Amino acid sequence: MSGYAFHFAGQGFVARGSGALFWPDQDMLVLSDLHLGKSERMARRGGALLPPFETRETLDRLAAELAAVRPARLALLGDVYDDDAAAAALPEPERRSFREMLAGLELLLIAGNHDAATGVDSHEIAGVALRHIAGTGPDISGHYHPKAQLAGRARPSFLIGREHLILPAFGHYTGGLRHDCDVLRDLVPHGIAVLTGRRALPFPVRHVRPAL
Amino acid sequence: MSLPAPIADWFARQGWTPHPHQIELFEAEDDTLLIAPTGGGKTLAGFLPTLAALMADARPGLHTLYVSPLKALTHDIARNLARPVADLGIDIRIEDRTGDTAAARRARQRVDPPQILLTTPESLALMLSYTEAPQIFGGVQRVVIDEIHALAESKRGEQLMLGLARLRSLAPELRVSALSATVEDPAALAEYLGGARIVQADPGPAPDIAMLETTHPPPWSGGGGAYAARDVMAAIEAARLTLVFINTRAQAELFFQSLWAVNDNNLPIGLHHGSLSREVRAKAEAAMAAGELRAVVATGSLDLGIDWGDVDLVIQVGAPKNVKRLVQRIGRANHRYNAPSKARIVPANRFEIIECVAALQAVAEGDLDGEGRGPVGQWGGLDVICQQILLTACAGPFDADTLFAEFRRAGPYTALTRAQFDDCLDFVATGGYALRAYDRWQRLVERDGKWHLRDPRAARMIRMNIGTITDTEKLKVRRRTGPALGEIEEGFAASLAPGDTFLIGGQTVRYDRLREMVVEVTPKPSQNPRIATFAGTKLATSTELSARVLALIGNPVAWGALPGHTQDWLELQREISVLPQPGTLTCETFLRGRAYFCAYSFAGRNANQTLGLLVTRRMEEAGLGPLGFVATDYAMLIWSMDPVRDPAPFFAPEALRDGLDDWLGENAVMKRSFRNVAMIAGLLQRNLPGQRKSGKQATFSSDIIYDTLRRHDPDHLLMRLTRAEAMRGLVDFGRVEEMLSSRPEIVHATPPHVTPLSAPLLLEVGKVPIRGMGEDRLLEEEAARMMSEAGLDGQAA
Repeated sequence: MSGYAFHFAGQGFVARGSGALFWPDQDMLVLSDLHLGKSERMARRGGALLPPFETRETLDRLAAELAAVRPARLALLGDVYDDDAAAAALPEPERRSFREMLAGLELLLIAGNHDAATGVDSHEIAGVALRHIAGTGPDISGHYHPKAQLAGRARPSFLIGREHLILPAFGHYTGGLRHDCDVLRDLVPHGIAVLTGRRALPFPVRHVRPAL
Repeated sequence: MSLPAPIADWFARQGWTPHPHQIELFEAEDDTLLIAPTGGGKTLAGFLPTLAALMADARPGLHTLYVSPLKALTHDIARNLARPVADLGIDIRIEDRTGDTAAARRARQRVDPPQILLTTPESLALMLSYTEAPQIFGGVQRVVIDEIHALAESKRGEQLMLGLARLRSLAPELRVSALSATVEDPAALAEYLGGARIVQADPGPAPDIAMLETTHPPPWSGGGGAYAARDVMAAIEAARLTLVFINTRAQAELFFQSLWAVNDNNLPIGLHHGSLSREVRAKAEAAMAAGELRAVVATGSLDLGIDWGDVDLVIQVGAPKNVKRLVQRIGRANHRYNAPSKARIVPANRFEIIECVAALQAVAEGDLDGEGRGPVGQWGGLDVICQQILLTACAGPFDADTLFAEFRRAGPYTALTRAQFDDCLDFVATGGYALRAYDRWQRLVERDGKWHLRDPRAARMIRMNIGTITDTEKLKVRRRTGPALGEIEEGFAASLAPGDTFLIGGQTVRYDRLREMVVEVTPKPSQNPRIATFAGTKLATSTELSARVLALIGNPVAWGALPGHTQDWLELQREISVLPQPGTLTCETFLRGRAYFCAYSFAGRNANQTLGLLVTRRMEEAGLGPLGFVATDYAMLIWSMDPVRDPAPFFAPEALRDGLDDWLGENAVMKRSFRNVAMIAGLLQRNLPGQRKSGKQATFSSDIIYDTLRRHDPDHLLMRLTRAEAMRGLVDFGRVEEMLSSRPEIVHATPPHVTPLSAPLLLEVGKVPIRGMGEDRLLEEEAARMMSEAGLDGQAA
């Protein structure tokens, strides 16, 4: 899977078509918003009974990324689980394979708004903060599940601005926010969106506010 | 039993004599199906027994339930009934109950329903899901179902028939009168109702119907009919009240503008379509009923039997697509029942002239199209059953055997098997997945022999998902301050950039921004608009009409029935390309930016859609990079990165079934079917509370759910329903196989540019994207172009 190489806050990165971010100098793979256990949480709350296969799907994709990149370190930027109860309810085979995947990796867990009990609030590396929700830049974050549209097709995408680097959700069944919605265009008024897919596709975004 | 004296007197005071079918319906003691043309006093016939009963005893409580497919109809009927009720001095309440009804009134209707309630199938389903449904409906005496022929064409009818079965369980006394326009097979419709006596009204004199004479010939392509605006205006001036029908909402907007531009005498003309806000629509309806308008431009939202009073001319802009629909639309004209209705057709382009001539020939021969539905008992969709089970659970705990028996009493479900029912019940209760993940969190649980909602809070979400109409999401359009102007589709909104202009409600507006899922606009009267791509109702030309059209095109000897310019146009087609003939499969390849490949099968839209899927699959394998296709009733048009050199291998019937399932599984048509099925069956929510406010797009894409099921649980109930549905309706595979197995001669022309016959396809809506390598190439080109424009390098690592 090919990626798009770029610089952010003086550091080199690769935005991968999978939705994962690779940080070569740190030998680190960064992912956000896995939302494991999402369908279980929906069901628990009386909602629709979605096909209960999304955790398996997400873990399979994570395994494929780890095998392709072979990083020494892995950072998960929050919302690894859809909520703390979902973390506890993860079926045993999934729990085991997740544990096996993480074995031997130096793991950095950031807490998300869905799974506050899971990690630390933020962590700084080489002058860049890693956190769940974008704050004071420069930082790398997730949370908003950005999606961008090119030639009429919307796909999960990275948003790369001057202050903020926002990751798409890596989890299955996650939906998202348009890259041009108010909150995202305040965070990244102009920069590059990188569409995920078979190939990572970068294109420039520049939000001009309409004349009132 | 004859009409009670006060009612007979009332008729006499109006100067009317009751029609025989009105008397027959009044006297009936069983369930009835009335087949009558518009203007035959159908609705009044349906209400006569109610008026007589309430005149004798106007006790409180719901007496008569009226169900119509259109909100506009319920408003209209309320207005029309008010007069006889007042004249006869009957002291009752008549109220409507639709998605538009205010919350306070709805709440009051739950505890104190009116004697006559006018509603839609969806609102009825909602009311039946209330825990107080037995109190509301227990005393119902009569149900009047209007426009049953229209309801029976979709799953809305299936839902209504299940609702009717429920009503019969709650109120065993009730009698049903269903009202229908002219249909080909009344007996099938009666069975659909679960059995009813057919009452046929006198069809009245043959209509006066012809093509409108226009000063200029229609253009080569397009569906707007703007070229004929002056001629239509002249016809409006010569008539008292004209209804102008046009096939899509966008076309209605544009045609309304064209008419306005040539309205030299400033005649009052209105616009009415389903994307306009309720206030705007209500204004047009009221103005028309009050006789303040000379014409209304309308789409399908007015296509049913609304009684507009004095309409004396119907103009159909664009080919009618379906002979039956044309006859029904003509019925709108002239409510003097015994005088012929007058209608004029305005073909929008030259291709449609051929279709109009063929349709007129069919009308003259009394040749209505078939219903296109399966045999009785195989009509009903199981997705509707799933929804009905959930709604039943919202009303209270139920017994599975009793519910199964009730479903089997609904006309479309008389052949429902217990195994099918149990599958549906398992799906709504547990998800029905191969992986039994939800034992702790079942949606329905069985306790003491009855099924309950596990979490009563779920009822709210289930009710929000009611209905079988699965339109794409709509966004409200409004000015920064001021009322809503109407709605546009989310997909169209997404394609707008600030500063873009589009038409809505007859005015041009500029897109400013999207805020909390409301599209904010500023009026911009002077600019040329981009056109709002409302999907509108997509009408399919019937099989019968398609065959007539091919026979006409392929036979120059019969061209005498066509206007001279159309003959010239077909002649031009013959010169630069070839004419499709019965017995051939004519194809064209031409370049127009991308490479285009057109095949004229005349096999109907669904079959052409399937053909498009199969051929694009082979083109993908051959590395031609197909990007998408569009199918009409006559042809399918594919655009691709590279042109087709030899089409014969693409149509080889031997390999047709190879990999069909795989390819179908991947494509957008199946995904669209799945989305519909999953929404109806309650797997996907359409209106999550709070979701729109947050600005989130659909929480999960139905495509992702579909792909996941396909990988992990391909035999899941919803996957089976999707396949069955697609094969039956969208795919029409049998027809493709039949056509290709007859081994038509494949004729392949390579004209220098777009041809007379292919031009209309370029403008068709409903294009199907192919998510293959072609799309990746397209996106890469687009991204690279934007990066280089911005002076950036798109380097790939």
